[in-house]
Amino acid sequence: MHPAFSVVFFTTATGAGYGLLALLGVLGGLGFIPADFWLGLVGVALALGLIVAGLLSSTGHLGRTERAWRAFSQWRSSWLSREGVASVATFIPAGLFGIGWVFFGKGGGWVAVAGLLAAAGAVVTVCTTGMIYASLKPIAQWHSRYTLPAYFIFAGMTGDVLLNALLQGFAMGSAAVLTGAILATFAGWTWKIATWRYNDQLAIPTTGNTATGLAGGTVRSIEWPHTEENYLLKEMGFRIARKHSAKLRRITQVLAFIAPIVLLILVFMAPWPLTAVASVLAAISQFAGMLVERWLFFAEAKHTVTLYYGRE
Amino acid sequence: MTCLPARTEKKLGLVIDLDTCVGCQACVTACKEWNTGGHMAPLTDIDPYGGHVDGVWFNRVHAYEHTTELGGRTVNFPRSCLHCETPACVTVCPTGASYKRASDGIVLVDEDKCIGCKLCSWACPYGAREFDTDVGVMKKCTLCVDRIYNDNLAADDRVPACVAACPTSARHFGDLGDPASAISQLVAARGGVELMPELGYKPTNKYLPPRAQSGRAARVDAPALEPIRAEGGFLGWIDRMLSN
Amino acid sequence: MSKAAPRGANSAPSQRPLADSRAPDEGDGVETSPTVSDHIAKTTCYMCACRCGIDVHIKDGKVRYINGNKDHPVNRGVICGKGSAGIMQHYSPARLKKPLLRTGPRGSGEFREIEWDEALTIAAERLSTIRRTDPKKLAFFTGRDQSQSLTGWWASKFGTPNFAAHGGFCSVNMAAGGLYTIGGSFWEFGEPDWDNTKYFMLFGVAEDHDSNPIKIGLGKLKARGAKVVSINPCRTGYNAIADDWIGIRPGTDGLFVLALVHELLRAGRVDLDYLLRYTNAPVLVVQESGSADDGLFVRDGDGNPLAWDRVAKRSVKAADPEAKPALAGSYDVGGRRCVPVFQLIADRYLDDSHSPDAVAERCGVDAATIRRIAAELAHIAFEQAIELPVAWTDWAGRRHETIKGRPVSMHAMRGISAHSNGFHTCRAIHLLQVLLGTIDVPGGFRFKPPYPRPAPPGPKPCGKNVRPMTPLDGMPLGFVCGPDDLLVDEAGRPTRIDKAYSWEAPLAAHGLMHSVIRNAWAGDPYPIDTLMMYMSNMAWNSSMNTVETIHMLTDKDEAGAYKIPFIIYSDAYYSETVAFADLVLPDTTYLERHDCISLLDRPISHADGPGDAIRHPVVQPDRDVRPFQSVLIELGARLGLPCFVNEDGSAKYRDYADYIVNHERTPGIGPLAGWRGKDGGSIGRGDANPDQLQRYIDNGGFWHHDFSDDQRYYKMGNRAYLDFAVQMGFIARAEPIIFQLYSEPMQRFRLAARGHGKAQPPDAERSRIEAYMDPLPFWYAPFEDDAVDLQKYPLHALTQRPMHMYHSWGSQNAWLRQITSQNRLFIHCRTAAGLGLVDDDWVWVESINGRVKGQIKLIDGVNPDTVWTWNAIGKRRGSWGLKDDAAESNRGFLLNHIIGDQTEADANGKRYSNSDPVTGQAAWFDMRVRIVKCTADEAGFTEPQFERFRRPPHFEPSPDVLRFGAAFRMKREAAE
Repeated sequence: MHPAFSVVFFTTATGAGYGLLALLGVLGGLGFIPADFWLGLVGVALALGLIVAGLLSSTGHLGRTERAWRAFSQWRSSWLSREGVASVATFIPAGLFGIGWVFFGKGGGWVAVAGLLAAAGAVVTVCTTGMIYASLKPIAQWHSRYTLPAYFIFAGMTGDVLLNALLQGFAMGSAAVLTGAILATFAGWTWKIATWRYNDQLAIPTTGNTATGLAGGTVRSIEWPHTEENYLLKEMGFRIARKHSAKLRRITQVLAFIAPIVLLILVFMAPWPLTAVASVLAAISQFAGMLVERWLFFAEAKHTVTLYYGRE
Repeated sequence: MTCLPARTEKKLGLVIDLDTCVGCQACVTACKEWNTGGHMAPLTDIDPYGGHVDGVWFNRVHAYEHTTELGGRTVNFPRSCLHCETPACVTVCPTGASYKRASDGIVLVDEDKCIGCKLCSWACPYGAREFDTDVGVMKKCTLCVDRIYNDNLAADDRVPACVAACPTSARHFGDLGDPASAISQLVAARGGVELMPELGYKPTNKYLPPRAQSGRAARVDAPALEPIRAEGGFLGWIDRMLSN
Repeated sequence: MSKAAPRGANSAPSQRPLADSRAPDEGDGVETSPTVSDHIAKTTCYMCACRCGIDVHIKDGKVRYINGNKDHPVNRGVICGKGSAGIMQHYSPARLKKPLLRTGPRGSGEFREIEWDEALTIAAERLSTIRRTDPKKLAFFTGRDQSQSLTGWWASKFGTPNFAAHGGFCSVNMAAGGLYTIGGSFWEFGEPDWDNTKYFMLFGVAEDHDSNPIKIGLGKLKARGAKVVSINPCRTGYNAIADDWIGIRPGTDGLFVLALVHELLRAGRVDLDYLLRYTNAPVLVVQESGSADDGLFVRDGDGNPLAWDRVAKRSVKAADPEAKPALAGSYDVGGRRCVPVFQLIADRYLDDSHSPDAVAERCGVDAATIRRIAAELAHIAFEQAIELPVAWTDWAGRRHETIKGRPVSMHAMRGISAHSNGFHTCRAIHLLQVLLGTIDVPGGFRFKPPYPRPAPPGPKPCGKNVRPMTPLDGMPLGFVCGPDDLLVDEAGRPTRIDKAYSWEAPLAAHGLMHSVIRNAWAGDPYPIDTLMMYMSNMAWNSSMNTVETIHMLTDKDEAGAYKIPFIIYSDAYYSETVAFADLVLPDTTYLERHDCISLLDRPISHADGPGDAIRHPVVQPDRDVRPFQSVLIELGARLGLPCFVNEDGSAKYRDYADYIVNHERTPGIGPLAGWRGKDGGSIGRGDANPDQLQRYIDNGGFWHHDFSDDQRYYKMGNRAYLDFAVQMGFIARAEPIIFQLYSEPMQRFRLAARGHGKAQPPDAERSRIEAYMDPLPFWYAPFEDDAVDLQKYPLHALTQRPMHMYHSWGSQNAWLRQITSQNRLFIHCRTAAGLGLVDDDWVWVESINGRVKGQIKLIDGVNPDTVWTWNAIGKRRGSWGLKDDAAESNRGFLLNHIIGDQTEADANGKRYSNSDPVTGQAAWFDMRVRIVKCTADEAGFTEPQFERFRRPPHFEPSPDVLRFGAAFRMKREAAE
């Protein structure tokens, strides 16, 4: 699949944004994180900013942006529509939570309810995003039991690492949050490696034979219906060399998992403001790493239409 | 409405005979020509005279070599929308632009509702959807919905353009939901198959496989020729034959 | 199902409209009954040479849609990939706009626009001078011309013998091989009996001129489960659906066919009765080595060939229906030893050198396969013979209660034709058909009227005596019957610029257009003044050895004058050849013109009856262009050519349409056969009918006459048919047409080579004439096989046009070029592996003539010693309205660059045209090559490269986006 930057950034940014929002909603709403105006303002703004930027970026993928409002109508069948509905719906409790927590400086009560609802909305939204991909049968690398948890884990992971950076930045570091960030990053790493391993050994039942109905033996494409690349090939015929892919996987692991884990462990040992610097660097590194991960998520996904073009 | 109809009154579709298709591209350009002025007009061509030409087409013909232990065969393979019974391209659509008609089962796009998110093209395993970058909406085969019911066409022209054009008679049209229909009978007689049945989209269109690989090819059981052993050899044989 | 009887080819129950085609009440607002057109104009397609009937839907003055005419006898409603893309041809940005006069050097593309009057004045003055001085200094050659009866007639009236169309580089071997053997041939001349054949053999054809009829026929065979056997090095197109694909080595089909003949003879599986009745098999041949009539037929005093009556034990007229002729033996007639033709056939082909074992390796087909095919042929022909319950009467008046058929049919074309041994291979295929008794019988190969004609047909080529201001005695092209008919001077030198009908190409029935530029450049046999060409891309894909051809077109003498002094070219599009013209006469598109598809020319009949058709303008030109035929008629009038002017010197015909209706070639016979006579009541013969074109238009643009049941088969000897053919003017007399298995005209050339007769070849030509003018078909290696080191050049290289561009001008077509804008070189996987090549590699294709670069694709479906590519995809930058980055001029390549236009020098240092020595057919497919992998920095672009042509005046750059059809929708929706 073509790794369009608009979609790569969209899923990465909203994942992180919803992860952060969910954590703020739960931890802030229930008072585990004390209400602090600047912390709250920056935290909620960062979460919502990432979400909004991601959503805006996703509209860059649309052919007719001005009709985007129509996407809320088909929630009964479409995960994309559900995602749209959930993402917008989440803004309501998120906004209320933000107002309550940041401007009224309080947790508990209706702020907690709003926070929990925002967190629930975030979780639902991230899951709908995951389901958009997980539901696509033509793409075996996505249509697997790994995809939905991946979106969930990566949202939590990037959210937690961001939250830690935020808290450390305000010198309000929490060992629990820090530990959580490290554990989540470990979980993300493990999940990613498991996913890659699964995908690399994937026995895809759909082949050139089933694509053409020509049973048995081999089916080799000898001529395309057109000389130049068409929409199908540009959108779904993306190919990445194995060598390239291995390199990017290494980069992903270093940036998204190894470097953040090392930096976050350093946080345990270092004094402020080094803790803040290390935490922020961890978040930045992880975000960059997740962009590469998401780029690979697309680039390594093979759509069945490529079978028709002999791009197996 | 992107929820699928529980059932459709008819299952209109195409049957393509891979044993007969010579890959002449007649269906391809007939389709292009009809549809570029038809329901989803235009089928835009970007850079039509340049080095990166890319147009919208609803029907494309591939060529493959299929090799089995029985031998090899070159197979020309037309590919277009299969008007599936359970088309995910419809259900993934967030706006209701994609829909499956309850009356005849044709899968269509309402261009006015399409936001060009392209998700339907991701959801279609067959590559049946084509994005028109010029107007930012998705387009696709309409099964010539503006021909098959068209009062302004002569009654016997009301078939999809590709079927009307096909010079080798390799394309068929009809109600695949009616087991008694001529097209269903053809599928049954020739062992018609679905594409990627494992994905469960239940395509309406069927493909008739080449007969050479199925053991159903035309064959002549001729005994080996024996040389004339009669007296006088060949010329003697002529004399006797002529005297008879 | 619809109640009315189904029309058209695609009318199986599974191809009809819905029983109830009323739109269901879906409620989705889809307009299911949009207005398609304001009106439908029925005319004839010209996207290739097939000439199908088309319905052109006109909406808002534009072409909305083109579909096949269901009533048309050629295509019966279907339409090919090109036909449906006609819109893009019609609206091509490469269309010429106005007459052009060259301003820059030849080949630069620098022109200025001029008015038509100036253009015609320039042409007329030049041509007038030529006609007054030496008419043969005009060479007039046309390409995909469908008006050869006009263009040839014009040349004849002008007085130049130097006329031909493109048949010489297309398929004259096929035409001549058939016409000299059975009085007909494949394609326009005949077709398989698709409804009855049980076994169909296809030689050297993946796509053909007769595009839709063959496809419709193959569809019928497939629907019936008849067996299709293809003999072709490439497994493309029709070969892809064959039940049996035989991937033969190029140029060895003749060996393969004669091995089948060997097997059939050896087993006595030939139709003796058929041979006796319809062929010259019983005719006695003089066997007297050294005599002046050795190898000629034994004739009586009236010139009738004789046979030996085995009952009466004496010679009799071979055509005597009461005779009991012998087919074998040796006889004494008038003191001379003679044998029947069939004895010679048996002697030659029963020889072990023709056995499957002897030829298998060379053909690349194992002997068992050859034996199996022979057995299958025999089995179908003799054990599965069919009989139609229709009574008929033969030429001798014998009544037959049924029509007997042997349901084996064949078709052959380019792959057979385009070799230096193609003429004889074509004859071998006809020999095979005749031995099986399967020509013009139910289930066999059937003639299309006006064929069969006597073998060879009557008229001889004219142009021996060229005199100023004097028309030729007849048409420039015809059929020679012996050395006396050649167009050579006393010294044996050619009198035609292309050397057709000379000792170098005696049976050159279609001329040698591919030799004209070289000969004109070299002044061999003489210099010319003006080369006038129509619709043929001789500066590119229609020439062999393109690079040198371009040089010859632009080469100058010491005085700085072009060696070919003046070039007039007519084309509708900015092709590569336009840039080399001094004067460009812009033609219209096929939707803007009148044309006639005439029985005098290349008809569209089918086996069940004759037919012809017209084109008429269905849209008006939006440019200052004129149909070439009307221009030619006006030039004829300006020059005062006989038959183009009235007695007072005024123009005889207003334009081509006027000519089509009013011209009479012989009294009562004109270009169109339908609705003749004042009231339109007669066919074939009759007065001119002023209303004729309208009658055609009212009938869908064509005329077709359907035979009665008793006229449909055995046309070579069927009285009802022969009488009809005489009435129509197809043949002169209702006499049987005898298949010439043994060709006496060819033997006459041999005798000349042996020193007999008035006209004899120059000494240097004697051995060549002796060798190749064999009266019986034989096989010899293609010339290039002998001329090159096969260790160095081990591979054969072939080209074919993709089906969607066959005989079409596809690269300017926005739709067709999307399908193919870069051609790959296809190479067998094993062969590639041996050379260390993988998919997408860039390679040099090298012949003894040069090298060209392209990208490869590995396949299995090709003869392992053969590489091939799609032809004429490579284009020169600046032509055809293509942009500079178009794949056609950057990645696509033209194999023509490395095909020699001449043979290697012989012992005398002489180089002949790279052609069949009998007919002059261009031997495109003889070429041998080797493949060499490019270096890394050579990969990615084609070579050779040529300078970009300038754009002619007022040519806009081609558009970046094409939204054809958007306007129809906008207007439709606005109206709602």
